[in-house]
Amino acid sequence: MGALKRLTPDEQVGLLFLILFGALLLVTICAALYALRAPDENSDTWVRFKRDLRALWVGTVLFWLAWLSGPIGSTIFFGLFSFLALREFITLQHTRRSDHRTLILAFFIVLPLQYLIVGLQRFDLFTVFIPVYVFFAVPVVSALAGDPHRFLERNAKIQWGIVVCVYGLSHAPALLLLEFDKYESRGAFLLFFLVAVVVIAQLVQEVASRWLRRRPLARQISRTFSFRSWLIGALVAAVFGAALYWITPFKAGQALVVAFIAAACGTLGEFVMKALKRDAGVLQWGNHAGVTGAVGLLDRIAPLCFAAPVFFHSVRWYFKV
Amino acid sequence: MSRADLMGLLLNFIARLITGAQGHWKGCPPTAEQRIYFANHQSHLDWVLIWAALPKDLRSKTRPIAARDYWTSSPFKHWITREVFNAVYVARQRTDDQDPLEPLVEALKQGDSLVIFPEGTRSNKGDPQVFKSGLYHLAEQFPEVQLVPAWIDNVQRVMPKGEVVPVPILCTVTFGAPMRLEPSEEKRSFLDRARSAVIGLRPRVN
Repeated sequence: MGALKRLTPDEQVGLLFLILFGALLLVTICAALYALRAPDENSDTWVRFKRDLRALWVGTVLFWLAWLSGPIGSTIFFGLFSFLALREFITLQHTRRSDHRTLILAFFIVLPLQYLIVGLQRFDLFTVFIPVYVFFAVPVVSALAGDPHRFLERNAKIQWGIVVCVYGLSHAPALLLLEFDKYESRGAFLLFFLVAVVVIAQLVQEVASRWLRRRPLARQISRTFSFRSWLIGALVAAVFGAALYWITPFKAGQALVVAFIAAACGTLGEFVMKALKRDAGVLQWGNHAGVTGAVGLLDRIAPLCFAAPVFFHSVRWYFKV
Repeated sequence: MSRADLMGLLLNFIARLITGAQGHWKGCPPTAEQRIYFANHQSHLDWVLIWAALPKDLRSKTRPIAARDYWTSSPFKHWITREVFNAVYVARQRTDDQDPLEPLVEALKQGDSLVIFPEGTRSNKGDPQVFKSGLYHLAEQFPEVQLVPAWIDNVQRVMPKGEVVPVPILCTVTFGAPMRLEPSEEKRSFLDRARSAVIGLRPRVN
């Protein structure tokens, strides 16, 4: 431990990526060996596993590149993610012709501005820009288009998309740039902590719901989501987070609590997105996923969109940074 | 790499960024056979979308039809249709001594593939309009060329009539099974069959 503490922040983060890539490589090699023994190549689980593994590789490489390229790079990187996620979200909503200007505002003005504010580390403005100013600007632009048909519904959809895909996700690069006392330039750890905790919660919840087979809380929305599996997911993630406390600015107990909050929000966020998908009548986000086998980006980052802002603000509030 | 190639790359990148431009090859694989693609026409972006959805190798051999008077009216328009898209120019005003399909026939004789929008104009609402007879005449003259129907989905939401800035929304191009003119098939029934082949590719609304 002492040797680790003496490393510079950059070296520590470098080590983190080394471990991550090493673990991924190990899993990939194991998967390749397993494939050699020729199990059922086309079984559903196997195909899904391969797809998830590939996504994990892409995600890790992108995360690494984002860290390498510093604040500007990571801001642009997450900005692009936001753009693609919002594109998917809007595609599935029934927008009308008169929403055109509002959508231009959302995509080409609000989104770049929000990420510019993140990049400049103006966290006071960053937290209010979308909830206050954009919340007001969107209906004004919509009203100017002169179409009263389903006005509230159309606006609500666009506002919702902006808050989840832009506001929510922009807290991820903000974590990278948040400066704790005696924790300078280790934001990558904090982001890694958040992502790891959220992913663990999802995985554990998935496994637990299969294993427990409890009665689903809301059958119409998700056949697997039950209170107990959700709680198990969040608790396991919290313990995992507590075990990771040494890479964060938190003490072990604090890490347990923030990890629980983030994990609980992430899995609940995924549940909410499921409800939205049911409403839109699709099983997966993305471009008519069934045909190409592609999974939407929003499926992957929705938990992060919900967990990141809650995590960010509870940490900021509690530690007064 | 020439400037036209760079422009092509840029346009392709923009089309993919804004619309995803996904090609779904339902009825046939994307092969380098000589084909006439015919699709519904809702927006100015239709051609760019089909072009971006095609694999790179097919793009240079697949040509759009452009109205000569409009697309040669400024040096930039002329350059982009000639150098980047390799368009076939047609005259909009019919003159007595010339067949309006002649440039298309010429291109097909050279072995190029074409993309045509048989409605003639953009239709913004619901089903495509009745097809014009050009497709029939081409099918009659070139029975060996595959006729591939295509449905372009969602593009009217990207850029509605009268707007200049496109909004990012995912679009798909669905390519159907090749069809051909049956012996002794009437013009009208062939065109109706072609039109329903295009409509049949429309993704089901959820």
